[in-house]
Amino acid sequence: MTGAADNTQDSYPQATEQHEHHAPTGFKRWFFSTNHKDIGTLYLGFSLLMFLIGGAMAMLIRAELFQPGLQLMEPHFYNQMVTVHGLIMVFGAVMPAFVGLANWMIPLMIGAPDMALPRMNNWSFWILPFAFAMLLGSLFMEGGGPAFGWTFYAPLSTTYSNDNTAMFVFAVHIMGISSIMGAINVIVTIVNLRAPGMTWMKTPMFVWTWLITAFLLIAVMPVLAGAVTMVLTDKYFGTDFFNAVGGGDPVMFQHIFWFFGHPEVYIMILPAFGIISTIVPTFSRKKLFGYHSMVYATGSIAILSFVVWMHHMFTTGMPLAAELFFMYSTMLISVPTGVKIFNWVATMWRGAISFEVPMLFAIAFIVLFTIGGFSGLMLAITPADFQYHDTYFVVAHFHYVLVTGAVFSIMAGVYYWLPKWSGHMFDIRLAKTHFWLSLISVNILFFPMHFVGLAGMPRRIPDYALQFADFNAIISIGGFAFGLSQLLFVWVVLKCVRGGEKVPANVWQAAEGLEWDVPSPAPHHTFATPPVIK
Amino acid sequence: MSKNTKLFKKLVIASVAMFAFAFALVPLYNVFCDITGLNGKPSLARAEVSTAVDLNRQVGVGFLTHVQNGAPFEVTVDQARVTVKPGEMNQVTFSAHNLSNESRTMQAVPSISPGLAAQYMHKVECFCFTQQILQPGEKVSLILLFYIDTEITPNIEELTLSYTVFDIVTDN
Ligand code: HEM
Ligand SMILES: [Cu+2]
Repeated sequence: MTGAADNTQDSYPQATEQHEHHAPTGFKRWFFSTNHKDIGTLYLGFSLLMFLIGGAMAMLIRAELFQPGLQLMEPHFYNQMVTVHGLIMVFGAVMPAFVGLANWMIPLMIGAPDMALPRMNNWSFWILPFAFAMLLGSLFMEGGGPAFGWTFYAPLSTTYSNDNTAMFVFAVHIMGISSIMGAINVIVTIVNLRAPGMTWMKTPMFVWTWLITAFLLIAVMPVLAGAVTMVLTDKYFGTDFFNAVGGGDPVMFQHIFWFFGHPEVYIMILPAFGIISTIVPTFSRKKLFGYHSMVYATGSIAILSFVVWMHHMFTTGMPLAAELFFMYSTMLISVPTGVKIFNWVATMWRGAISFEVPMLFAIAFIVLFTIGGFSGLMLAITPADFQYHDTYFVVAHFHYVLVTGAVFSIMAGVYYWLPKWSGHMFDIRLAKTHFWLSLISVNILFFPMHFVGLAGMPRRIPDYALQFADFNAIISIGGFAFGLSQLLFVWVVLKCVRGGEKVPANVWQAAEGLEWDVPSPAPHHTFATPPVIK
Repeated sequence: MSKNTKLFKKLVIASVAMFAFAFALVPLYNVFCDITGLNGKPSLARAEVSTAVDLNRQVGVGFLTHVQNGAPFEVTVDQARVTVKPGEMNQVTFSAHNLSNESRTMQAVPSISPGLAAQYMHKVECFCFTQQILQPGEKVSLILLFYIDTEITPNIEELTLSYTVFDIVTDN
């Protein structure tokens, strides 16, 4: 697509040029860094840390649910774990990982020397640790942290929450500001810094999906900031946005939240689509099938995501016309999504496929994300949703799209680009072990949730009826196995960063794109003069 | 660099505008619900008395009271359900009791189910129009005068008026 694959690296002497620069080292290097590669690494490392912390919370949740009855923790603590697990995974693990990949890869893919606004880039990363320190810190304060679910519905988060809620609110504000700054940077970089000759329809898919994601972020993160601000003023300053006695309405909270919330789920999946669209052609040794339709499908998904939010609220009561509208508009989203899946399969069709680790994750993504899409379609059927809503079926749905979807795509991307970043090949045997352990355990973990959900087990409850005991024990075992498998991932990554077999510039031979023209490991400064795309 | 600054400024303005939009959603939501009557909020304005009565229809009206957040009130209604003719004036008596030994202010917030029926409920007199001050231990009778609009759609045969009672001295 970029037409650059036939260029050898010699055509870009600047890419190999060894800079004699006196960059600061250690703490100062990272804290004051404005280099897109350093900041990308920071984001990815931070995301991994959050993934482990959020994962530890999930382990506690599964330990409590291993058997019926309350054995390990108070319900209030359980609620905090469920809430903070959700917040950490969404805002601390998945979103920063994608921003990290954007930082690393977008300038390399479009032939830019760096992000367009490097100093803002530094800010947008370095405020994040404070946000999460505040969120996690509130867990240790008297009364505990947020316990109202990651969706913080009023009046749970207003009337019934404790005084530490202000810390949650400010943490979300900071996360929001960080995401908005990141999104602005991505847009300015992509719009202004593409190499000469890289027209829109030659722009790589990952760059396209991130551009659209960044617009979604700018459209909805401020709305989330507005929602938490209203919670703050309702709770502490006597406003009545969500309080009926002063003329407010708690259902309005849900409208505002899901106006943010549904586009947010696409924020977490569009970059994943970009990664998969990059990896599948490489290991099928074919061009991406239907590049144009991929771009249009991404755009339609983004636009449609603004008109489906009420599928999260079917049970709040709405007129028949609204139920029908939101049912059909939700189902409509599966059309462009289906186009994408079709295109990936068509790319693989009759390709010379090889099953390297990134491809294994990409194929698992395609299959398992589709399962998540199917359960989403079931949930979109309004009368059925009255039964499924707030059960483990919903939990199964969003974990298929988020864990085997977003998280698997991030792992696929890390395995794909890690040799480029570090200059070493990772330990393939260990990485394959990580893949197979994850694949098997993740399905033991999330697949039975469909069944207990259909049988009526409610979500967000620390105890459950006896008939769900066997399935929950299986789910917990899958959970522990999945959690432990991720330690192997950490090990593979660390080992690869420290050393390993040296790799050439084009690590995966058939890979296309400018990022494969720079040497491995990618030098600190690349594309000081832009390449020309023919 | 100015190309970057220009785009940067536009995007910052877009972000600020979307933050403002979140707050604009509040009046938008209220106007939308007012026009469509979707959220079951009846009008809090005193209605004109009806001139016509539809003798051929019967509508069941149920009443519920619900004291919020352990407010120290007991609020009951003398009839849990009445059958009325559209256009005909009806009176229902509620009684409120301040269970505490302090003076308290009570606010009742009405809500109608199904939501679309709210626009057909006209209140000529209601204790929910104003705040009620109750002395320690005081017990008062509260009057609701209402009629159902003759235009009420035929598919609504039954509606429920629910009052949520708040103690606004401690709530605000
Ligand atoms: C074919 C596409 C999809 C459809 C039709 C769909 C439909 C739905 C519906 C109807 C619900 C509400 C269920 C309920 O609460 O009763 C839901 C919940 C959810 N979906 Fe999806 N979905 C789709 C794709 C996705 C994707 C791609 C993601 C994220 C990557 C996602 C993330 C979520 C999350 C996080 C929730 C639960 C939110 C919560 O209540 O905590 N969905 N989905
Ligand atoms: Cu949704």
